[in-house]
Amino acid sequence: MRVSPEILRSLENESIEILRECAGTFRKPVILYSIGKDSSVLLHLAKKAFFPAPIPFPLLHIDTTWKFREMIQFRDEVVAENDLDLIVHTNQRGVKAGVNPFTTGISEYTRIMKTVALRDALDIHGFDAAIGGSRRDEERSRAKERIFSVRESGHLWDPRNQRPELWRTYNTKLLPDQSMRVFPLSDWTESDVWFYIQQEGIKVNPLYFAKPRPVVARGHQWIMVDDERFPLAAQDAVELREIRFRTLGCYPLTAGVESSARTISEILDEVLEVRLSERATRLIDGEKEDSMEKKKSEGYF
Amino acid sequence: MSILRLMTCGSVDDGKSTLIGRLLVETESVPSDTIEGARSIRRTGSTIAPGEIDFSLLTDGLEAEREQGITIDVAYRSMALPDGRRLIIADTPGHEQYTRNMVVAASRSEIALLLLDATRGVRTQTHRHLTICALMGIEKIIVAINKMDLVDNQEFTFSELASQVMDIGKRLGFLPTVIPIIALTGANVVSKSEDFGWYGGASVLESIQNWNGSQPDLDSSFLPVQLVSRTQDFRGVSGTVVGRGFSLGDEVRVLPTAQKGTIRKIYAGVKEVHHAGNGEAVTFEIFPEIDISRGQVLADVGSTAILSRNLVANLVWLGERDLAIGHSYLLQSGVMQSPVELRAVRNVIDVESGDFLQHREVAKNAIAEVELVLTFPLLFTNYRASREFGNFILIDRETLQTVAAGMVNETQTKSENVSRQNYEVTRSERSRLKGHQPHVIWLTGLSGSGKSTIADALEKSLSSDGVHTYVLDGDNLRLGLNQDLGFSREDRRENVRRVGEVAKLMMDAGLVVIVALVSPFAEDRTAVKSLFAVNEFSEVWVNTPVAVCQERDPKGLYKRATKGEISNLTGIGQEYEPPKEPALVLDGTMDLDSNIFLLRGLLLT
Repeated sequence: MRVSPEILRSLENESIEILRECAGTFRKPVILYSIGKDSSVLLHLAKKAFFPAPIPFPLLHIDTTWKFREMIQFRDEVVAENDLDLIVHTNQRGVKAGVNPFTTGISEYTRIMKTVALRDALDIHGFDAAIGGSRRDEERSRAKERIFSVRESGHLWDPRNQRPELWRTYNTKLLPDQSMRVFPLSDWTESDVWFYIQQEGIKVNPLYFAKPRPVVARGHQWIMVDDERFPLAAQDAVELREIRFRTLGCYPLTAGVESSARTISEILDEVLEVRLSERATRLIDGEKEDSMEKKKSEGYF
Repeated sequence: MSILRLMTCGSVDDGKSTLIGRLLVETESVPSDTIEGARSIRRTGSTIAPGEIDFSLLTDGLEAEREQGITIDVAYRSMALPDGRRLIIADTPGHEQYTRNMVVAASRSEIALLLLDATRGVRTQTHRHLTICALMGIEKIIVAINKMDLVDNQEFTFSELASQVMDIGKRLGFLPTVIPIIALTGANVVSKSEDFGWYGGASVLESIQNWNGSQPDLDSSFLPVQLVSRTQDFRGVSGTVVGRGFSLGDEVRVLPTAQKGTIRKIYAGVKEVHHAGNGEAVTFEIFPEIDISRGQVLADVGSTAILSRNLVANLVWLGERDLAIGHSYLLQSGVMQSPVELRAVRNVIDVESGDFLQHREVAKNAIAEVELVLTFPLLFTNYRASREFGNFILIDRETLQTVAAGMVNETQTKSENVSRQNYEVTRSERSRLKGHQPHVIWLTGLSGSGKSTIADALEKSLSSDGVHTYVLDGDNLRLGLNQDLGFSREDRRENVRRVGEVAKLMMDAGLVVIVALVSPFAEDRTAVKSLFAVNEFSEVWVNTPVAVCQERDPKGLYKRATKGEISNLTGIGQEYEPPKEPALVLDGTMDLDSNIFLLRGLLLT
């Protein structure tokens, strides 16, 4: 079903209000910029929230060094075009130890290169609030998360002891060792995000659009061979297939879907038609049921 | 309203998750792989046939819940209504923590969907759920009577249950919509089922869709200020509009300063617009550049809104620690904040019967009517008139946890100019600014016992730690304030009374007051003590043997008394009555540092 402009306007107003609460109450907030479509929407909303003043937060990108090349290129373009303040953080200890998504094991790789990296980056820069583009419809444990979600010392999340969130009276107060995760897109759905991108003409990463790309089969899924680091086995046949990505992450862990959607309205037709949850294309989540809640309680975004 | 918010109440046993799961699946609001998951995954002890959808799995998200088969926290799902509107469902647990979670969900919901198991009838939890819905101002309450396939004589059972529910509604002041359903088969969930030929009403989904929402009951316009942003040639005031709306050129008044300005520009996102309506997040440029800061409210100049310091409100207590009378909390309502003191608990309400309970203790999950006094006056209306300006939360200042949800019942305002009330700063606010609690330390003892020396050393020690102090020394005061007093019984009583009153004023000003005064009579000291709360006043006996005092004799008084030059010297001509229950007894012959250490201990509690 199409999403009406009234629904989008209402979602937009609410997200802007949340972003302004961040600017109004936190000491040093940061936008966690993941380069994906949700981050693009978040950035667009932040522009609107503070216009004509500039966005009062820096952007933080956790670079695992295994992102699609087109992601990094897109990130740098967006930063330059909008004159943004970008901080890139990589867990160098992980890089030195040779942690990688092929041989390390997905959970351990994610913990070191994403969860620990994020925790370190937040601590190093002393950010008290990290604003992310996660939505409640992405995954079941996300459905329970507050908009303003308190993390205890060490960035740990206790899902059973969340601060009550009442009306639109947001208690953003933090003790010295606590920090906040903020999710202005909590109430948005995947189709809302695409309809909004279309309506507002927001620039999104080319990886979302179908194009012949070099892939190999892994189980039932297509993984793109984005650079020479991809360890190909003898029986692996790299072939060109017309694929696109529904979510963006580390290229060896993000499966492409076969598609011919080359425009946003074609993507929308597909999103409304296919009805697969978007995280199904993330290898990391399917590893074990409920893995997202585990990761989140350790400090994953 | 393009987005409706609905909360569900009831436990898993009532078939709540199944009902929501079915609504989501039948409105095509669940991705197909999630549905596939619900066909293959099974809870322990599940009786659902392999390959069938376990609808309840679609809504329960957390591991612990899956193990226990219950929902522990509020989970949110989006659903597309067939008419194009959006329904956001807040699914609340039916078991432990039910009050907290229901209150969280209800605070943003306009509709409540309550499940009732036809085979079990109206239970205590039904009363609880309906009481909370009514309290939180839910506008439409739908009661779905589930498992109708398991009862004999459906029509009779339904009308019995429906009339019981109606009775509860009448008591609580709302009219519920009651619907017979079978969540497991989907009967009466999305569309009317032929199973219930005798039922003439709507299905659950139809009933939700039939509700169009009510308009905010405000005849003025407000912009609670979230943020004031500046660039070199721009100063913007940002917030979300409440009420009718603002247009370019409108004159606005700042609450509470009462300064006035005109809206020169309105930004909605990156566009400049002429008007901003209810619910729109906008930025105003105000001319001239009057002082505005976060937490203040812009009101249309015709608004008769008044600010209140005194509130009567219903509280749902969410804190682990009980509510404490006299304790200072932080009150927050939207962007507005003020320290607040809880003056009195009027009633504690039995969530099941709605009756008042005998006791006044407000523990976790209790519902109480209380009286509050704010340090700063804020904009409030009755919660029933506007949730926007009728809601607040209380924050524990130590843990920063949200400890209560509040709904304003009455605002008590003085008819004076609102801007003037801003100067009414209370003791707790002054104390907050000073960063410590005020206190009176009353040193009593013989002349020469060492009171002044101790007072001096204590003040130095406290001052160096940034504590605001003042010493009231008996001799010094007799040079001014008490110069008309002698040493008779009557004059000594008046001397002590005056010093006590001055100490109280200074404590009220936020100071730690150190009194060094012989104050020989127990009766006089008791009278002073009664001016203070237990934790505000410490009586300290500086107990030094008369012989030692006589030997020290810093003022030569003992010498003069022995010579007969003065009479009435305490310890010689007049008796000293030692305190019966002093907070502390100091040995005046001990070293100064030890005594200061002991005295500072009094200030820690």
